[in-house]
Amino acid sequence: MGIKAKRTLGNTITYIVLIIISIIWLFPFVCLFLQSLRSYNEGGGGMVEYLLPKQFSLDSYKFLFSQDSQFVRWYLNTLVIACFVAVLQTIVVLCVSYALSRMRFKGRTFLMRFWLILGMFPGFLTMICLYFLLKQFGLTQAGAIPGLILISVASSGMGYYVTKGYFDTIPKALDEAARIDGASRARVFLTMIIPMSKPIIIYAALVAFMAPWCDYIFASYVAFGYSDSYNVAVAMQRWVWTSDYQGYFTRFCAGGMLVAVPITILFICLQRYYVEGVTGGAVKG
Amino acid sequence: MGNSANSGKGSVGNFFSGVGTEFKEIGLTFTQGDWKTKVSYLIMGFGPLMRKQFLRGIAYLAVEVLFIWYMAGFGWHYLKDFTTLGTVARVMNDDGTFSYNDNSFLILLYSLLTIIVIFAFLVVWRMNLKENRNEEKLLAAGKKLGTVKGDLYSLLDSHFDKTLLALPVLGIFVFTVLPIIFMIFIAFTDYDANHQPPTNLFTWVGLENFKNLFSFGTTGLGSTFLTVLAWTLIWAFFATFLTYFCGMGVAIMINRKGIKFKKLWRTILVMTIAVPQFVSLLYVYKMFASDGLVNSYLMKWGWISSAIPFWQNPTLAKIMIIVINLWIGIPYTMLITTGLLMNIPEDLYESARIDGATGFQMFKSITLPYMLFVTGPFLLTQFTGNLNNFNVIFLLTQGGPQSMKLSNNAGYTDLLVTWLYKMTINDTNYRMAAVLGIMVFVVTAVISLVVYGMLPSVRDEEGFQ
Repeated sequence: MGIKAKRTLGNTITYIVLIIISIIWLFPFVCLFLQSLRSYNEGGGGMVEYLLPKQFSLDSYKFLFSQDSQFVRWYLNTLVIACFVAVLQTIVVLCVSYALSRMRFKGRTFLMRFWLILGMFPGFLTMICLYFLLKQFGLTQAGAIPGLILISVASSGMGYYVTKGYFDTIPKALDEAARIDGASRARVFLTMIIPMSKPIIIYAALVAFMAPWCDYIFASYVAFGYSDSYNVAVAMQRWVWTSDYQGYFTRFCAGGMLVAVPITILFICLQRYYVEGVTGGAVKG
Repeated sequence: MGNSANSGKGSVGNFFSGVGTEFKEIGLTFTQGDWKTKVSYLIMGFGPLMRKQFLRGIAYLAVEVLFIWYMAGFGWHYLKDFTTLGTVARVMNDDGTFSYNDNSFLILLYSLLTIIVIFAFLVVWRMNLKENRNEEKLLAAGKKLGTVKGDLYSLLDSHFDKTLLALPVLGIFVFTVLPIIFMIFIAFTDYDANHQPPTNLFTWVGLENFKNLFSFGTTGLGSTFLTVLAWTLIWAFFATFLTYFCGMGVAIMINRKGIKFKKLWRTILVMTIAVPQFVSLLYVYKMFASDGLVNSYLMKWGWISSAIPFWQNPTLAKIMIIVINLWIGIPYTMLITTGLLMNIPEDLYESARIDGATGFQMFKSITLPYMLFVTGPFLLTQFTGNLNNFNVIFLLTQGGPQSMKLSNNAGYTDLLVTWLYKMTINDTNYRMAAVLGIMVFVVTAVISLVVYGMLPSVRDEEGFQ
């Protein structure tokens, strides 16, 4: 067998493997999509033992937008949380990263080590204490939305690694030159560093935006028993886990599609920045 | 971090000698200072105010006033009960209603806050002395003191770090540091379902909870703890290394010369990162349920006669979790390794090919060492992340299947963190949850320290450059 034939064979095998992988990766999402279009006449919206619906309909979607369902409210709750967290968390992370990357002050290494150690404690450990603190500020149940934003943003300073790593790669000589020209630190930060950091800002905002959509644990604890404050994850989880709600299975699928599609599109559009961020972060550690 | 272990003893020594110098400085400032400085020992900011440093003076004075106001009106009431955590929970009034007295939760939380406030105050008090000494020195040298405008400007320039870090540090303190300290103390109390404030008090029990965790009797948690810990470590190992090697394999396949639609393949894989996990994992969980799609089809085709208990059989459930985690994890590794793989110099492969090396040999002696070197820190963070990988476990099995052999509602796929979560939410067994949290910290910290020291990129920074 010649080298060329060998290569063709190798490529063919690779294609076959890649196609199989793609099928495995997409299969659950295709199922999700198909189930969301199944009519209530089949299995009453519960689970069925076949994949392709016999009767397509938009029943589940109509239900989600009807008066009987608070889905729109839950969706907006999550969207509000995600937007606020994305903006505020990015600002916090940028501030912390700039200070740690560019300035040398007393206690800098202590602060970084201390935060590293703090990060080794499991987050759920502090749940009851956080709940209590939020309650003191009136930020549980009815006030759960601002409460969840506050919790996410308050501790976000510890997630500075990737952004600081990026700032470290911007030559310090630029800062020095501007400072010799009389620019203050604040000016350098706002007018030079920030505009140069577009990729990492997009990365930070994207990651921050996506996290609240999956936040189940703390969100369910803070909003406990007050369905107006649920986010989509908390609300739809109940549909799947409560067996009396068998009928809600197709609704879960429909809701899942409505959550997944916009986020996936956003993610794929900004994929380039995401890859840059995670790769930079992974190598730097 | 590696150095911190070595410098640990040194820093303790430094700390004590540092404290010694501080006391000496405080004494010197007093004996050599003028009367304004001496008054500043009692009335903070007095010196700066007399020297027309109004902004600084007022700031110091305000700190002192606030501190006294806080201690007298709030802090002291809680701090005095710190040793007992309260004596009377509630008293019945004449009309049969209850009025609540001591709340152990509040006493512990606010006592800790007060202790920290006292420390912070001492630091500010010391800064106030330094400020006085500094001003005296400057005046003695015939220099001018700074202006208010200069002070404010420095917050945007030489002291810009303080402006930037003030709010983030405060947020981390209130919502991370204070709660963690609080929970560490809870591990030494009997705060559980039977001792819930405000109806009941809880109090100090010393090391009882830790003994309970390591006791192997009928009531102890010892055997359950070891089972859960063992699975946590096994899970983290497989979840990290299987996804790592499979992800790299996929990346190598996509990078292969002559393969088209590279972007398409990557985008398809990336779907699992983009779709929120509660949608994708919950759906996959339902797919493999006993009445789910997979079992239905297998039965319809006559391959099996009864449903495969994917989630009910402990071993199967464990395997399923690891396999499904591949589905989630491979895309991450693929994204990270794709770029790095392309960085490996092509001539290394060329010369290996001329020497007649096979593909596998090249992978073993060129690709793998390079990748392990570069991604060492990434693997470590992945490993510690997987130790605490709540979502995958909780959305798939919620820790189940449960068993009578395991105590405190632990299941066979529970990680330490999911068990901790169940203890907090379902059992309100906060005392043991706190102990578990400390154990998670110990495991994570030990592994991080040990592995970090072993990483080739840390030992030998120049290795591959």
